[in-house]
Amino acid sequence: MSITYLEAIREAQAKLLRDDERVFIYGQDVGGAFGGAFKATKGLAKEFPGRVLNTPISEDAMVGTAIGAAMHGMRPIVEMQFADFSSTALNQILNNAGTHYWRTDVPVPITVRLPSGGTKGSGPFHSQSMESLYAHYPGLIVMTPATVEDAYSMLIEAVAIDDPVVYCEHKYLYYHLKAENLPTESLPTGKARIAREGRDLTIVAYSAMLHEALAVAEQLATEGFEIEVVDLRSVKPLDTNTVLASVARTGRLLCVGESFPWGGATAEIIARVTAEGFHLLDAAPQRLNAKDTPIPYHPNLWSAHRPNAKEITRRARALLRE
Amino acid sequence: MLETATRSKKSAASKPTPHERFLEAFRWMLLARTLEEKLVSLYRGGLITGGVYVGRGQEAVSVACGLFLQKGDIFAPLIRDQAGRSAFGEPLIDVTRTYLGSRRGPMRGRDGNIHRGRPRNNQLAMISHLGAMVSVTVGALMAKRFHGEKNFVGLSCIGEGGMQTGSFHEGMNLAAVEQVPLVVVATNNHYAYSTPNDREFACHDLVDRAIGYGFEGYTIDGTDLTNCLDVIGSAVKRARAGRPPQLVVASILRLSGHGEHDDASYVTDEIKREPFARDCLKVAEQTIADLNLVDAETLREWRKDAAAQVDQAISTAQKEAAPEADEEDWCAILTRDLVDSLE
Repeated sequence: MSITYLEAIREAQAKLLRDDERVFIYGQDVGGAFGGAFKATKGLAKEFPGRVLNTPISEDAMVGTAIGAAMHGMRPIVEMQFADFSSTALNQILNNAGTHYWRTDVPVPITVRLPSGGTKGSGPFHSQSMESLYAHYPGLIVMTPATVEDAYSMLIEAVAIDDPVVYCEHKYLYYHLKAENLPTESLPTGKARIAREGRDLTIVAYSAMLHEALAVAEQLATEGFEIEVVDLRSVKPLDTNTVLASVARTGRLLCVGESFPWGGATAEIIARVTAEGFHLLDAAPQRLNAKDTPIPYHPNLWSAHRPNAKEITRRARALLRE
Repeated sequence: MLETATRSKKSAASKPTPHERFLEAFRWMLLARTLEEKLVSLYRGGLITGGVYVGRGQEAVSVACGLFLQKGDIFAPLIRDQAGRSAFGEPLIDVTRTYLGSRRGPMRGRDGNIHRGRPRNNQLAMISHLGAMVSVTVGALMAKRFHGEKNFVGLSCIGEGGMQTGSFHEGMNLAAVEQVPLVVVATNNHYAYSTPNDREFACHDLVDRAIGYGFEGYTIDGTDLTNCLDVIGSAVKRARAGRPPQLVVASILRLSGHGEHDDASYVTDEIKREPFARDCLKVAEQTIADLNLVDAETLREWRKDAAAQVDQAISTAQKEAAPEADEEDWCAILTRDLVDSLE
């Protein structure tokens, strides 16, 4: 058996619908025989009548409805067609869901799925990575699964969590990533994973960037460098301890993220490591993000806009020389 | 106490007569007006931090919003809905604790004034971003439908200002798509803060939007309690019976500033002479006198009772401790082991 990252997301939702009658899926084109723009809900509307519901193009109201349903005992999953469109639901996600438990003592257990990140040819409005923006606001959990196993188990965990979860699933990984089986156990959310052990440099990554980092580590291994790669799994909570422990072993840190460069997850990691582990560092920590422009359409431009193996390698080499 | 007396009456088998209903509504209006006048004086005396937002002039519409809802119904009040909140069952102490910053209030000092709510008791806690609570009400009603509950409605309040948001539009459209038993009561108080109607919308009549959304639409004179009770009561009944969502548009003048920090000097003398600028509480009192529903002595007693309830709620809240920063847990999520620790 072989299962893709996308199939894992579908299977997780099928399991959730099967096991928990509080779960329903709400989003554009998720229902009917269509099963979503990426087919993440294919067949589910038929298997679970009345629980996989198409919505109008109303991101704000989709999330608002999920909030109201969640505070009255349901566990809604909202599918954004693309992460980019969640910007028109920011008010409901940040100001309503994100504040509700704090203000009223009543939690809002919604899961908002964001098909995130770039694929070539998708352009400025179908390619964004928004994890850093959501992580900035209080009251939300932000998941960034990088593996088929995590795509499955973290989505199941997202729905079980009593707080609002922004689940960033990477579109590039949908079809590229395969596993033999669905996992039977997993690390809990909030724990980062050492994806590859090393002693010369720590690369911290998440989501699709994990695989770029692993490719770089593989290549640099042929030159005798041992790169440790940390998969954050969730950017909020951010497992600072695992990152610090890795930096303690390597003395060098490079953080890679696909979101825009001003602030964000990579800057947060460096701020924390510098504050808590300055003495562990043998070189100034570095970070690499997408460029500070909208995401370009043409593949030649797009592949240079996001962090790629070539640029990560260049940065890693520079750090290793110091 | 009015609260106890009227709530138990509502649950009694006998249905109130229109006059009884009118008088019950009047007493909630009186209580709201008495409370809010007191809050304003506390604010002016520097005893309330933040803002005070009152429903002066909107009490008749508001009370009708709260009065017809039953146990299990969802109420999403907005900023000028003290009368409706009280009629729905919000204790006065919730109001005074929130305004006066008691740690024992429903918001525990974390949020203030009109943002209070008790979602567990189906009174939603509004956010300041207008229009957002319509779809939240839709979601609450969908949850009830998923749970197999019957005979419930939701009522969501909005103003003509909030009606111009995208969020409101999305919420209305979705309510009709989902065919949930929803009543939306929109009060046109003729100003969005300082902006008059002619810079808010250009349609002939706001109620015309009902048909565009797939709602049934009604208008009311928001200064006339009888009219408010009739039309909003009927709308609640129709929604409960499975008719399409209901939009009721009321016309009034806001008889205060946007908040008490605002002297409302922009409200023109001309608009103050409009029929919709009447004070609904005075109109209701006149109706009571005209129809001789209760005598002057009873009215005096009711005023005294309202003042006593308000004084009691304020003095209780004033004696209570404020929240302390070093006792606050500073966790915005319930799942404590997922709190992002910066240490």
